[in-house]
Amino acid sequence: MSKILIIAEHLNGKLNSSTARCVSCAQAIKADAIDVLVLADAPDAIAAEAAKIAGVTKVLTVANAANQHALAAVYAPQIVAAAAGYSHVLAPSTTFGKDLAPRVAALLGVAQVSDVISVIDAHTFTRPIYAGNAIITVQAPADQVLVATVRTASWAAAADGGSAPVEALSLSAELPTHTRFVELAQGSSERPDLQSAGRVVSGGRGVGSAENFAIIFKLADKLGAAVGASRAAVDAGYVPSDLQVGQTGKIIAPELYMAIGISGAIQHLTGIKDAGTIVAINKDGEAPIFEVADIGLVGDLFKIIPELEAALG
Amino acid sequence: MKILVGYKRVVDYNVRIQVKPDGSGVETSGVKLSANPFDDIALEEALRLREKGIASEVVVATIAPADAQAHLRNGLAMGANRAIHLVTNDAIQPLTAARAFLKLIEKEQPQIVILGKQAIDDDCNQTGQMLAALWNRPQATFASKVEVNGGAAKVTREVDAGLETIEVDLPAVITTDLRLNEPRFIKLPDIMKAKSKPLETLQLADLGIASGDTLKTMNYAAPAKRSKGVMVKDAAELVAALKTKGLL
Ligand SMILES: Cc1cc2nc3c(=O)[nH]c(=O)nc-3n(C[C@H](O)[C@H](O)[C@H](O)COP(=O)(O)OP(=O)(O)OC[C@H]3O[C@@H](n4cnc5c(N)ncnc54)[C@H](O)[C@@H]3O)c2cc1C
Ligand SMILES: Nc1ncnc2c1ncn2[C@@H]1O[C@H](COP(=O)(O)O)[C@@H](O)[C@H]1O
Repeated sequence: MSKILIIAEHLNGKLNSSTARCVSCAQAIKADAIDVLVLADAPDAIAAEAAKIAGVTKVLTVANAANQHALAAVYAPQIVAAAAGYSHVLAPSTTFGKDLAPRVAALLGVAQVSDVISVIDAHTFTRPIYAGNAIITVQAPADQVLVATVRTASWAAAADGGSAPVEALSLSAELPTHTRFVELAQGSSERPDLQSAGRVVSGGRGVGSAENFAIIFKLADKLGAAVGASRAAVDAGYVPSDLQVGQTGKIIAPELYMAIGISGAIQHLTGIKDAGTIVAINKDGEAPIFEVADIGLVGDLFKIIPELEAALG
Repeated sequence: MKILVGYKRVVDYNVRIQVKPDGSGVETSGVKLSANPFDDIALEEALRLREKGIASEVVVATIAPADAQAHLRNGLAMGANRAIHLVTNDAIQPLTAARAFLKLIEKEQPQIVILGKQAIDDDCNQTGQMLAALWNRPQATFASKVEVNGGAAKVTREVDAGLETIEVDLPAVITTDLRLNEPRFIKLPDIMKAKSKPLETLQLADLGIASGDTLKTMNYAAPAKRSKGVMVKDAAELVAALKTKGLL
């Protein structure tokens, strides 16, 4: 019998869609109960969003001023207290979940399965290793709580349509004060979110400069797309780090991904392996990106992008 | 203050990993091994803290088979004062690695432990967080900037939403992200010097760590291949192709 606890991810009072993606993974485990735990300073609005996700059995809230920011050291002991009676604890494999879940697992004294991409049975999963160059099937012991992170790009968000009850929990967990939030410098949020956008336009080192990146943003706006980047473009300072796509950046699965001036290193490709259609624009016809692109166009991006915009009307 | 650095040996990031045809593992014989890129960054950060006068000693540690001595010598050549080799032939999982590091912490009493955010072989991204939990100390993961001020460190973290800054009391565990620094190159004279630096060898089993690994790998498979697509000759053809696919 599986009873699953999903740790909700939220920011600025809004639920992140990674939570609904975890619900899809939980459904694949064929659980008897799928509960969502919301730790926040003011959890009600977030809990109301979570209650609407189809498939959720119950939403549990822990209201505490200490939970205003998602500090793993503060959240983890509360999750351990809430996890009693559950067979699985799931978190998204976003920076939130990656930071938090291993701390929970270690407090519970159990291993963690990172980046679940498919479920074989309640304790057997597949996950990528070596930047996605191999997929392993791992089995966890059935007699322990299973802590796992769910690779969000591999799971569609469970739809709305539920109306789960919301229950306030009071936990007795001692919370540390050794870790303090200072600030969050957020990028501009006017464009679609990179992790959930249906379309993404990414630029690489070939774009050449931060100024030149304006043409990537312009094309993205025309397509209603989010903007991404390769590590080389981020390292060179063209765009902020939260736009990096790849093994050590964001793993995404948009319907349409356009890689512009990106060579297609394996560490980049692992971030887009589940994309619907990959378009590559690169002046080097031998670039490895063309081996995975569904549609390839060889040429100078500075010539092609204006033509593309014109052709888009 | 002393800094302990995790320095794992992994298959070099340039190697194209091949899954063995029988699904029993990946081909590692004859493959180039290097320091995990995030661990080179961890070591570099520790060395910079020493150069700034904040740290006095940098110790690199690895948990690996007996043939990993040359790997540790590289860490010493880069500038670490000492190395500790925890010998085991098993490819251990993060919880066991964290338990082993905790033993080293008890022995060495570091104020800061710097690990990579992830090892690029298992891609687990767990050990630092697990260690911090077992040690009951703060964690500052995915660091892109570290400032140490007396008994605390201010760490900027690369998170999905942007850049988050937190403050942690020391001792603490920090894990590195790619943009924390650019590791220095090892110079020839340093390789000579490293030969006489202390390298301590301990058997993992002697630390009282039974391999607590509980996850069983049942099978290795090559990832599904994306089929090769079509080439178009200009922007107009690209737009037409996207329209055909119903994407525009
Ligand atoms: C541990 C580790 C983790 C990593 N994680 C990531 C990650 O998460 N994400 C990631 O992206 N990378 C990652 N990398 C880096 C990766 O290996 C590559 O170095 C990086 O992806 C290269 O970026 P790029 O394709 O933009 O640059 P390059 O490889 O330099 O390619 C630039 C491309 O632009 C093309 N070009 C140049 N000018 C033009 C023009 N005018 N018009 C059209 N095309 C042009 C060139 O032909 C070339 O193909 C990681 C590396 C390591 C070691
Ligand atoms: N066997 C090991 N030897 C040395 N350091 C390790 C070992 N395993 C994990 N680490 C450290 O933990 C980090 C994260 O590893 P992982 O949790 O496996 O992704 C690595 O970057 C290392 O700093």
